[in-house]
Amino acid sequence: MRENVTSERPVMLITGSRKGIGRYLCEYYLSKGYWVEGCSRGDSDLKDPAYTHHEVDVADERAVRLMVADMTKRHGRIDVVLNNAAIASMNHILLTPAKTADRMLSVNVTGTMLVCRDAAKVMIRRKYGRIVNFTTIVAPIALAGEAMYAASKAAVVTFTRILAFELGQWGITCNSFGATPIMTDMIRGVPQDKIDAVVNNLAIKRLGTNFDCANVCDFFISPGSDNITGQVIYLGGVS
Amino acid sequence: MIERSSAVSIVVASIQEVFAQTGDSAPATLNEDTVLVGKDAVLDSLGVVSLIVEVEHRVEAEHGASVTLANDKAMSARNSPFRTVGVLADHVLATVAELGAA
Repeated sequence: MRENVTSERPVMLITGSRKGIGRYLCEYYLSKGYWVEGCSRGDSDLKDPAYTHHEVDVADERAVRLMVADMTKRHGRIDVVLNNAAIASMNHILLTPAKTADRMLSVNVTGTMLVCRDAAKVMIRRKYGRIVNFTTIVAPIALAGEAMYAASKAAVVTFTRILAFELGQWGITCNSFGATPIMTDMIRGVPQDKIDAVVNNLAIKRLGTNFDCANVCDFFISPGSDNITGQVIYLGGVS
Repeated sequence: MIERSSAVSIVVASIQEVFAQTGDSAPATLNEDTVLVGKDAVLDSLGVVSLIVEVEHRVEAEHGASVTLANDKAMSARNSPFRTVGVLADHVLATVAELGAA
């Protein structure tokens, strides 16, 4: 007989954890008592006894498999996955090389799929899991200059909705979350007038914050949210 | 290196676990010829999904080999490598061997 979730310290995987929102979420959930495992292509300077970093490209199938196997060997469980890893390339579509488009799809879509797949294989053994896949408001607002990035993130939303139906029977919820612009490296190169234009069209006219992200994740991963699945929440009034 | 008899045992034990999880009784006889996919299969399609995950888990737990059985080769094969207990056991051995060769 398999055990149900117990009061043991829960285990969370956060992808794209080296900097920006991912780094913030690592520290946030460490402060809440989680075992946190993070991954990124580079090393992390986050030092905490409850944090383990994996230098893994989420688009590398074998590397993701081994990372999840390593986590499972040490913890025996994965409770939560926050799929934050992504790359963006903000170019007019007429100036977007195929290689750039392929890489975005590979990391943002296939990478999300690989992490979900291998983590879910662990989650189903306990019949419990929480998956949050990060998308963006630039898909629903159809922001010019972000066609391939937005397309990859729209794919994440559709993937997550279907994933919710495929994994629901094992007590795994799958939701998406789209932040408004947050001042991270990903948008640092975007002209200020473009950011202002986006913000001015929001219901709540301000940049997003890291805590905005944590707040939505808290809701989705709460044990009480076991009937919240296949949903997408956008910040700032976007729908 | 996994013995073939061990691979068969893993598959059989995994089938029993999948039935235990659903609360149903496993067939009294499970052997290499037990059909897993298609006509006369002892599992439905979701049962096969659970079985593959369970076999992967046991291969890793018992032999330390982290494998993905639903790999490109398996999913594009003319004949399913999941169709019987014996065929699946052979697929496990081949996948583990490829891992060692990689």
